[in-house]
Amino acid sequence: MNAAALPILSIMLAIPMVAAIACLFARAETARLLALFATLLNLVLGVWLWVSYDPAGAQWQFVENEQLFGPIGWKLGIDGISLMLIMLSVFLMPICIGASWRAIQSRVGEYMAAFLLMETLMIGVFAAQDLLLFYIFFEAGLIPMYLIIGIWGGAERIYASYKFFLYTLLGSVVMLIAMLWMIQTAGTADIPTLLNTDFPVEAQKWLWLAFFASFAVKMPMWPVHTWLPDAHVQAPTAGSVILAGVLLKMGGYGFLRFSLPMFPEASADFIPLVFGLSMIAVVYTSLVALVQNDMKKLIAYSSVAHMAIVTVGLFTFNQQGIEGAIIVMLSHGLVSGALFLCVGVIYDRLHTREINRYGGLSINMPKYALLFMFFTMASVGLPGTSGFVGEFLSLAGAYKVSTWATLIATTGIILGAGYMLYLYRRIAFGEQKNADAAAMPDIDGREIWLLAPIAAAVLWMGVYPESFLGPIRRDVATIVERIERAAPAGDSKLKANDPTTAKYRVRGHGEEKNKAEGSQH
Amino acid sequence: MDLNASLFLVRPEVILSFSALVLLLLSAWRSEAGRLASILAVAALVGSGAYVVHSLCTQTDATAFDGLIGNDAFGNYAKILIYFAAAISLMIAPRFLEKMGAMRAEYPVLILLAAIGMSIMVSATDLVTLYIGLELNSLAAYVLASFARYDGRSAEAGLKYFVLGALASGILLFGMSLLYGFTGSTSFSAIGVALNGDVGLGMIFGVVFVLSGLAFKISAAPFHMWTPDVYEGAPTPVTAFFASAPKVAATALLIRVVIEAFGNEVIVWQQIVIVVALMSIIIGAVGAIGQQNLKRLLAYSSINNIGFILIGLAAGTEQGVAAMLVYLAIYVAMTLGSFIALMQLKAHDGSYRETFGDIAGLSKTRPALAAVFAIFMFSLAGIPPLFGFWGKLVVFQAAVAANLLPLAVIGISASVIGAFYYLKVVKVMYFDEPVDVIAPSDDLVLSWTGGIMAAAVSPLGYLAIPVLAALSAQAARALF
Repeated sequence: MNAAALPILSIMLAIPMVAAIACLFARAETARLLALFATLLNLVLGVWLWVSYDPAGAQWQFVENEQLFGPIGWKLGIDGISLMLIMLSVFLMPICIGASWRAIQSRVGEYMAAFLLMETLMIGVFAAQDLLLFYIFFEAGLIPMYLIIGIWGGAERIYASYKFFLYTLLGSVVMLIAMLWMIQTAGTADIPTLLNTDFPVEAQKWLWLAFFASFAVKMPMWPVHTWLPDAHVQAPTAGSVILAGVLLKMGGYGFLRFSLPMFPEASADFIPLVFGLSMIAVVYTSLVALVQNDMKKLIAYSSVAHMAIVTVGLFTFNQQGIEGAIIVMLSHGLVSGALFLCVGVIYDRLHTREINRYGGLSINMPKYALLFMFFTMASVGLPGTSGFVGEFLSLAGAYKVSTWATLIATTGIILGAGYMLYLYRRIAFGEQKNADAAAMPDIDGREIWLLAPIAAAVLWMGVYPESFLGPIRRDVATIVERIERAAPAGDSKLKANDPTTAKYRVRGHGEEKNKAEGSQH
Repeated sequence: MDLNASLFLVRPEVILSFSALVLLLLSAWRSEAGRLASILAVAALVGSGAYVVHSLCTQTDATAFDGLIGNDAFGNYAKILIYFAAAISLMIAPRFLEKMGAMRAEYPVLILLAAIGMSIMVSATDLVTLYIGLELNSLAAYVLASFARYDGRSAEAGLKYFVLGALASGILLFGMSLLYGFTGSTSFSAIGVALNGDVGLGMIFGVVFVLSGLAFKISAAPFHMWTPDVYEGAPTPVTAFFASAPKVAATALLIRVVIEAFGNEVIVWQQIVIVVALMSIIIGAVGAIGQQNLKRLLAYSSINNIGFILIGLAAGTEQGVAAMLVYLAIYVAMTLGSFIALMQLKAHDGSYRETFGDIAGLSKTRPALAAVFAIFMFSLAGIPPLFGFWGKLVVFQAAVAANLLPLAVIGISASVIGAFYYLKVVKVMYFDEPVDVIAPSDDLVLSWTGGIMAAAVSPLGYLAIPVLAALSAQAARALF
């Protein structure tokens, strides 16, 4: 049966919503089970959605359009890019619930309700086809996340929750004004229509900046990334997973859905800005990550570095770069989520995030060390893992536009290997210098169930990325075609028939053959 | 037009006036019959409200008493909000005032008289009618502010309100006399005709003084100084009333004066409105940050909200006026709800509490009340998906459509400052350790009205957008 027969997206939005309300009134044990059941049900529906999605079909599928709220249309629909990000959300949610199973003991009902609400809003962001509806989902996520950080967070949680809320709010409100201007000018809030609306070039610049203010904070890009380490460190484990796994992707999704196709000329004009900030971010945040003593902070800074590779990939204006950026987003969602879970596993045992308090864990926690090693490698971008595919594609795309940006961004991979392996060495290898850390038991069945599915997905994406590239290829091509007219000229154009470079040139098969024939004569 | 036809057009006001006089007689003999009088007053408000709804539906625009007072969709829209707010203020008050030992049968009478005054304000089409309505409302309000007469703070609030209110009335009257002197008429339409093209210095002075006087009544910065003191001192149900109904009335009055009387010379008042709007937003946001008393905080919040409402007026378009009316409706629900939530903060010893220290950790001891409070705070801050967001959105949409982009950008950025203190309330209730000061609620009326308001500003409120949009558009069209 095809999922399009039902208003499947509305159902996927409603299930967590209803479960959230029920959780508010439920007791702790019931709330946990209910939340797990609802998120698993949504995962099943998500899989059904993916199976029913036709990569060769219409650009927008599972479209729903109801005029419930006057000017705000209840317009939903997804393309391949949205599909992949929705899959990421519904895949990570049951894992988040599982990760909080024992770690959260106070106000469980409210906690589960906040997470389920978060799931509704995340799916809504990726499925909304009305500009105002998108904004509502995009902004509403602040409330549950504020509560998650503030109620169940660490010692500095209040500062972190305020910073998270106000930072992202300030970024977003300016975008709202830009959206209102666009609705006013184009006469519609329908995203598919706006995607093909050509705004005046001089207005594009301002609109682009307004959207950039919001997405750059959400992404986060240097220098507006400072809320992220605070929020990550203070949030409970599952909060960090969802923050790194999905919320950061909203920034990238925003660039892809709005900034690039709606303002192609402005996007091209601002390439130096985006590349410049990304280059700084890659090097600077990697170096900062290298000196962290707090595990979560280290992974948070590594997120900023990875997201910088996403922005480089997105603004390459070519198929390879954008596809790569999307794969990095998906891969980072899985890998950083898994790394935060790995931190959570040992945090639950020792209640400290300080790297020096651990050491030699591969002796007493071999299974844990193995999984942690796997995700470390995926974060570094080892071939065979998802990280490699995305980073390689986006850097290959970037090379066509700017060799310098590619050069600097690639150092991020080396630095990434540096800080991640350094982290791993300090935690898993060496001698067991702390008695309490040495006494920690290995991961149990529940924790394996949390980490193993992510490991499987990472491996799948690394070995056979076509499953993930297939659904997005056509949609990326649509975007590339749309922005082609503003595409920047690459800085590494070879001169035709330049004798000094002739011997390095890759020849086509025909050419090779002709030459060979010629030499025989 | 004969007298009967005129009286027929103002029948809501007539009903209310008779009811008020009858209740006044009742209270003269049976001053302990406060509850009965309240119920009768609510019935009177519902009755005249039904007439308002009827004339709103039949769309009979007409003027009565030789153009002194009008009956149009705009006035009727405002009247529905005013009667609604007045009725809620009557319903929530008796128990609260009884506990304070201040419930007397004059309370419903004064609310009714204020409602009549506001009714006249929103339908006035002449400066003289305007002034009569305004004073009728204000005099009732001064008494209401000091209604808890044995409470020093309440008496102080009443006196402060009276002195400053009288000053504002003087400013307003002075402006009106200048307008009359330079245009030769007190009728809005005649002033509108005279204020066209050649605007002299005298007229500009008149406009400025009238706007200043009205800005005082809506507590817009820089004429907002009385608001925190009066809101803090007056008994909470009275504060709820002050923050809702008179705000609607004065704002509607301001809209009518500006559009009908000064509408041809937008350039004269637009800058004033922009400055007042931005000042209100910023002062309302910054002033609230240091407050420890929740009533003072809500007072600054109302200043802040008036600033956002005025952005719609700055646009000076039909869309802008409609946006203001939508915002007003949402604002009434939000502000009444917040004060109702505040009134439920009763300690175990029966005393009423109103500071941050008392609500620490409220979400653990009284989860439902804390949730309702949080909904109102997020809604006032304009965070989607709560309904307060929609009010801000339509107002800014009007500003963008009128090409006031800098105003829109500054205004919406300043709303982030405001978000800070709304978040503080949520933070104290949800993140801090519980102090267990607040006793479980025993007042069903408060629980139910608060719950209904919370449902109205929750995402469910979005379902009301089509109705609200149609009504406000019809009301705004009546002015243009």
